[in-house]
Amino acid sequence: MAAPRSFLWTRRIFLTLLTGFVLLPVYVMVSSSLKPLADVSGKFRWIPSGLTVRPYLDIWDTVPLADYFVNSLAVASAATVLSVAVAVFAAYALSRYDFRGKRVFAVTVLSTQMFPGILFLLPLFLLYVNIGNATGIALFGSREGLILTYLTFSLPFSVWMLTGYFDSIPRELDEAAKVDGCGPVGALLRVIVPAASPGIVAVAVYAFMTAWGEVLFASVMTNDTTRTLAVGLQGYATQNDVYWNQVMAASLVVSVPVVAGFLLLQRYLVTGLTAGAVK
Amino acid sequence: MTQTAVTQRSERAVRKAAPGEAPAPHRSGRRRIALPYLLLFPALVLELLVHLLPMLMGIGMSFKELTQFFIRDWSAAPWAGLDNYGVSIDFDAPVGQALLKSFLTTCLFTLASVALCWLLGTAAAVFLQENFRGRGILRTLFLVPYALPVYAAVITWSFMFQRDNGLINHVLHDQLGIGDSPLFWLIGDNSFWALLVVSVWKGWPFAFLTVMAGLQNIPRDMYEAAALDGAGVWKQVRHITLPSLRQVNQVLVLVLFLWTFNDFNTPFVLFGKAAPEAADLISLHIYQSSFQTWNFGTGSAMSVLLLLFLLLVTGVYLLLTTRGRKSSDA
Repeated sequence: MAAPRSFLWTRRIFLTLLTGFVLLPVYVMVSSSLKPLADVSGKFRWIPSGLTVRPYLDIWDTVPLADYFVNSLAVASAATVLSVAVAVFAAYALSRYDFRGKRVFAVTVLSTQMFPGILFLLPLFLLYVNIGNATGIALFGSREGLILTYLTFSLPFSVWMLTGYFDSIPRELDEAAKVDGCGPVGALLRVIVPAASPGIVAVAVYAFMTAWGEVLFASVMTNDTTRTLAVGLQGYATQNDVYWNQVMAASLVVSVPVVAGFLLLQRYLVTGLTAGAVK
Repeated sequence: MTQTAVTQRSERAVRKAAPGEAPAPHRSGRRRIALPYLLLFPALVLELLVHLLPMLMGIGMSFKELTQFFIRDWSAAPWAGLDNYGVSIDFDAPVGQALLKSFLTTCLFTLASVALCWLLGTAAAVFLQENFRGRGILRTLFLVPYALPVYAAVITWSFMFQRDNGLINHVLHDQLGIGDSPLFWLIGDNSFWALLVVSVWKGWPFAFLTVMAGLQNIPRDMYEAAALDGAGVWKQVRHITLPSLRQVNQVLVLVLFLWTFNDFNTPFVLFGKAAPEAADLISLHIYQSSFQTWNFGTGSAMSVLLLLFLLLVTGVYLLLTTRGRKSSDA
């Protein structure tokens, strides 16, 4: 298709502006994280007056960033693994079986995603506090409570996407596995899961990102020892002296793992979205 | 309901679904029918515990006088009837007035943000449909705002919007000479625009991703046929690309609407616990008023009202879009 000049020029201008808009904060984050404090406290400078890695060394002392990092990593990883496992089983049931209540389940699970988080926050807060008082199981303020909460956040989307993905895998594969002596669960684990691995990777990436980036529940349901990065980073910004270069350095450090993982695996996410979501 | 009742009912359902097949031996048949429920069980329990039960509690709490004295044992809180709802929608009193203002701000903000996200996402996806040099790099770059954790990205924006040492004022005031003095962006009326910019920056890549996925379903030969008939690129976009995206757009707009309307993270990280009045989105408003006064009863009533509004909008939207789809199919 030979595009006319008007199209090519509009495309060029639009894409240039959009790239600028997208990258502006990235530039600010990277450049400011390498600036001396005098640079970020005064007028903004496009070009730093000098480069320093000091902020990257200081961030670990100003707030206990390493502890927050470990908390975030533990919570997000556990939530991801559990969420994917639960979603795989549920999606297999929805994709391969006809049973009573199937539609009700699918619609209910999906619709929970549209409810405002604030609606769950207050009751869940009280529920966890009350469970703690009644049974001694510390859900409020603990990593376990946060894991339990987060794993349900990505669950509806994961179930939905995996069901679509499993639907696209021919049933003959299940039959073949059964002929070879696998039970239904064996067929799922040995045949379906490997065949659907791009979809499962996509869902895992989504679950990890959801947990790594969540702010609302993290800020209410954590204490000093279980605080995650989402809350911890605000520690720099609300002090009387804001070390903006350190804030930017810390932001970059916490972003690198997810952004790298996402960009490496985004191919799968796009494929997964095509197979599962756009139907 | 007992397990056997569930099993029997599902057995009937399965039998109805496959009338031609010979009945399986009883024991293995029953096991096979219990299996889908077993597979769903963990998901079901988790959904009940973290979503449905709290939601029902939330509705219950909205009818109670749930102040800080009853946090430890909320069931002991006195019954309040519809008082919490009364307070929430009494628009002459301060609480209701603030809620109404926040609601209207959120409506306006959501409209603007969804429209811009959709526009940028669709335009970018259409412009990247054809292969050209740099396309792969742009596609990856455009997903960066989606991949960055909200707090890291929004903290960076809050630095950029600082009055004295931020990039925005440096460009607008120092370099372009706009305004007599640097503007405040994170307090006062300008905060609405600051929030909108951040929300669009964060939100449009999702529209881009979805539209891109939708574009893959449009058959190439439709474009070729149109080109043979003499339709230029712009005409093809208008008459093939956009109409083909209708169903994708219907889902996309709904999802964007719900996410933006419920967004808590962006204003919370940008402004802290209390947003300026001009950018006081409803989720943060309910959070702030609940945890400031510790009156969870009123907070719950507000949340339920919000939910009812969202259900109503979603219902009407689905009704309109599916009806439109049926008539266009016929």
